[in-house]
Parts: sequence; structure tokens; C-alpha cells
Amino acid sequence: MIEALQFEFMQNALLAGLLASVICGIMGTLVVVNRIVFLSGGIAHAAFGGIGLAFFFGWHYMVGTIGFSLMAAVIMAAVTFKAKHRSDTIIGVIWAIGMAIGIILLDLTPGYNVDLMSYLFGSILTVPDSDIWMMLCVGLAIVGIVFYFYNDYLAMSYDEEFAQIRGVRVKRLYFLMIVMLTVGIVMIIQVVGLILVIALLTIPPYIAERYSSSLFKMMILSSILSSVFTVSGLWLSYVFDLTSGASIIAVAGIGFLISLCIERFRPKMAVKSIQ
Amino acid sequence: MNKTIIETQNLNFSYGQQPVIRDVNLRIKSGDFMAMIGPNGGGKTTLLKLMLGLLNADSGSIRIFGKTPKNVSHRIGYVPQDVHVNQNFPISASDVVLMGKLKPGKGWFRHSKEDLRAALQALEQVGMGKYCDQRIGQLSGGQKQRVFIARALVTDPDILLLDEPTASIDTKGQNEFYALLKELNHKITIIVVSHDLMVISRYVKSVACVNQRLHYHGHAELTGEMIEMMYSCKIEETCPVELIAHGLPHRVLHTHEND
Repeated sequence: MIEALQFEFMQNALLAGLLASVICGIMGTLVVVNRIVFLSGGIAHAAFGGIGLAFFFGWHYMVGTIGFSLMAAVIMAAVTFKAKHRSDTIIGVIWAIGMAIGIILLDLTPGYNVDLMSYLFGSILTVPDSDIWMMLCVGLAIVGIVFYFYNDYLAMSYDEEFAQIRGVRVKRLYFLMIVMLTVGIVMIIQVVGLILVIALLTIPPYIAERYSSSLFKMMILSSILSSVFTVSGLWLSYVFDLTSGASIIAVAGIGFLISLCIERFRPKMAVKSIQ
Repeated sequence: MNKTIIETQNLNFSYGQQPVIRDVNLRIKSGDFMAMIGPNGGGKTTLLKLMLGLLNADSGSIRIFGKTPKNVSHRIGYVPQDVHVNQNFPISASDVVLMGKLKPGKGWFRHSKEDLRAALQALEQVGMGKYCDQRIGQLSGGQKQRVFIARALVTDPDILLLDEPTASIDTKGQNEFYALLKELNHKITIIVVSHDLMVISRYVKSVACVNQRLHYHGHAELTGEMIEMMYSCKIEETCPVELIAHGLPHRVLHTHEND
């Protein structure tokens, strides 16, 4: 790994991975406790429509993708907020339409010769400096916003109605969360691709949830776990010459299985209540 | 009893085409301890949510302290029916209570020393002081209920709304629980939704029967009408004797006044 770090692309890959880990740790925690995993999947896949849009009109990848995903995300979020019981269907529909639009637009793009796989499974080894700076800005913004509204988000995630009674602007916070999530997802697509982004958003927080006594600790632990998965996945992909995104998820998957085994064989830590 | 603090006029609410609340006129006076009873789906919880400003009425009005519910919801303590939400949520009992001290938009995540002290005190008050650092998912239903009551108390409410608070507490716990409410009632107006009118009748000052429409009873005696409403059959059919056992205090049922 040390000699690999002499290459600039490896340094960038490592930086991108660590930044993505922080974004995943924080947003993934909110995704898991708010149970919007499916919605995140919808956003990630609808983002493909944005990639198509960006290529068709010759825009920068980020501009098209963030714009299109935000639109899809806000529609999906509005539906989840209004009609919770119907939301999964609507998300599924937008999920599929987004991908279809992406493919059709890529078909229509003259002289199109982009490596489609790199958007599906990530292209962490080709992340340019400009994207690193962008990820850093997005990461800092997310850290700042989430910690400024930490108590509000905690109350909203745990008990939305009570938060509302206490005067928390639940709707506004919810949409702000969706916006952060969308921008975050577009960033992470760079690293692991849109198909695998869900794993990085859910596995670390899922493991962390069992060992954290607060939402804050869950965010920190998720970020650390995410970094471990990303760095070791990257190392494996370098040593064995494998696809980096898939290697990262494979490591995360192994981590997930280990945590399930530990949970299975460890005596229940729950103190049976004394009434 | 003194002045009216909650007043509804011709209140109507429906979920889609389904009317849930019809023409409800209600006045609750300061210092009241009111039980709201009625069958499932009769609109009790809906009425509470209207009072909290979580739902908006189709027509009619609610005034609490002369204002709309949304403007005074911070003066109301609320204990929701379902305390089993988010079982695995990483949060300690004291952090749940601290939610009651939330100052929206205030930012950053440190609580002041006074807030922490107030939260601990509220937990002590409901007998849960030693569980303050326990994860909420590890507590039993009854213990969780107490934590949620502590969360409502720490907001320093003028009105306390409780939705089926004794659903997960055993009979002994229920009596202790109502004794606690009775003590709180010295300072706070209490409205409690319950389906168990045998237990509540010893403590409450008035009863409202909710089944789309609302009937208010200024006294806390059980009437045949209430039994009928709860168990949806005539009083002769549910012989009340089976609800009375030797050596236990009970109330004699009044004859039904036709209205």
C-alpha cells in the first residue's frame, strides 16, 4: 500500500474514499434511523438519468447529476411525506424511469463512448483533484448542517410528532436532509458507483447502531467503519487487481456478516427489565 | 373549577371520505382531570392530535388558552400511545427526556446544565432516576411509558395529554401511575385517553365519551350509556357484576339519563 501511495491517482483515491466515508457515516446514520433506505436507493438510481442528461448536453457530470437527482429526490420525498403507505410504489416508479431516461439519453448522445460501468460500479482510481475539492466542500457542509441541527434531527428521527409539538420545523428539516442525502449520494457514486452506494450507506450504520449509545456516536462509528472498509477494499483491489467499488462493498459485506455472527453468539446484553 | 382553557366549536375532521370527528363542542376547564373514553376508531386519538395541532380540522375551531393549537403546542405535554417506536434507536432514557427541552433552531448539540438537571429530576419524579443512562430499547413497556411521561413533564406543561398511557402497565403499576397523575393534577390540567374505564373512574373528575360525536359528563360516575358505548352492547347484556370483586372499592352505576 505504501508504495502504491506514490501514485497520485492512489492518493486521490484514498482521499476520495475517506471523504466519502465521512459523508456515508453521517448521512447513512440518518438514512437508517429514519428508515429511508429505499428512498436513498431511488435517489441513487434516478441519478443515472442525470448522468445521461449531463452527457447529452455536454455538461459537467456533477451539474447534470445533482440537478436531476435533486428533482427526483424532492418528488419522492414529497410523496413519502404526504402518503407514507404509497411511497414505495412511487419511489420504485421514479427509480426505473430515472434509469431509463439515462440510458435513452446516452443512446442519443452522438459519438458516445463513456465507460458505463464506471458509473454503475464507481471509478475511484480516476477521481480528479477538482472532484476531491468538491467532495471536501460537500462533506464540510454536511458536517456543519447536521451538527448545527443535531438536536432537531435527533428529535425528528426518534419521534416526529413530538418534535413537531416542540416547534421543530419537521418538514423543512426533512427536505434539507433529502437535499444533503442527494448531494452526498452523487459524491459517493464517484467512489463505489450507483448500484453499490446503498451498501455503503446502510452497512456501517447498521453495525454501528448496536454499539452506539447515541446518534452522535453512531455517526462517528459509522464513519470509522466506512473508512476501514474503503481503505481495505482499495488495498485489496490494488493487490489482486480487482474492481475497486466491488472490493470495497465485498469488505463491507464481510464486516456485516461478522457483526451478525458476533450478535448471534454473544449473550444478550439487554438487561431484562425489573418492573 | 375555574376558567375554560380548551374550547372547541363545531369541530369536524375526516380521513378522506371517512368522518372521524363530527360537530364536537367541548370546553375543558383549568384543573380538570378528564378521561376520554370510546370505542376503537371512535376518534379519541384524532381529537388529541387536533388539540396538539398535528392535524388540521376540516371545519370548526379549537382554541387553547385563546390561541390556535399550533401556537400553544409548546405548553402542552404529550405522551403518545405507541412507546415501542424505534426500538433499536441509539438513545438513552435521559436523552429522550432531554427532547422535552428542545429549543428548535437553537443549534449545536450541547444541553445546558439546568436542562440536564431538569431531565434527571423529571426521571426521579416518575421513579426512573436510576435508569437514566439505560438505552431506551432495553426498558420494559411500563418503564418506557414513565420515561415518556418524564419527557412530557420536563416541558413544564400547563396541560398534559396522555394517549392510552396504561396500555403496557400491569394493574398494580396502573394504580401507582394514576396516583402520580392525581398528584400532578394539583398544578396541571390532565386529559387521558383510556379504554379501561374501571381503573380511571377512581381518579378522574369528568368523562368525555367520544364516538365521532362527543358527550361530556361533568361527573365521573359511570353510566350505563358509557358501558354501552365501550362494549357496544346493552347494559343488561354485559352484567357489570363480573367487573366487581369482593373487598375492592367500586362505584355503583347510575341509571341512564336519556338525552
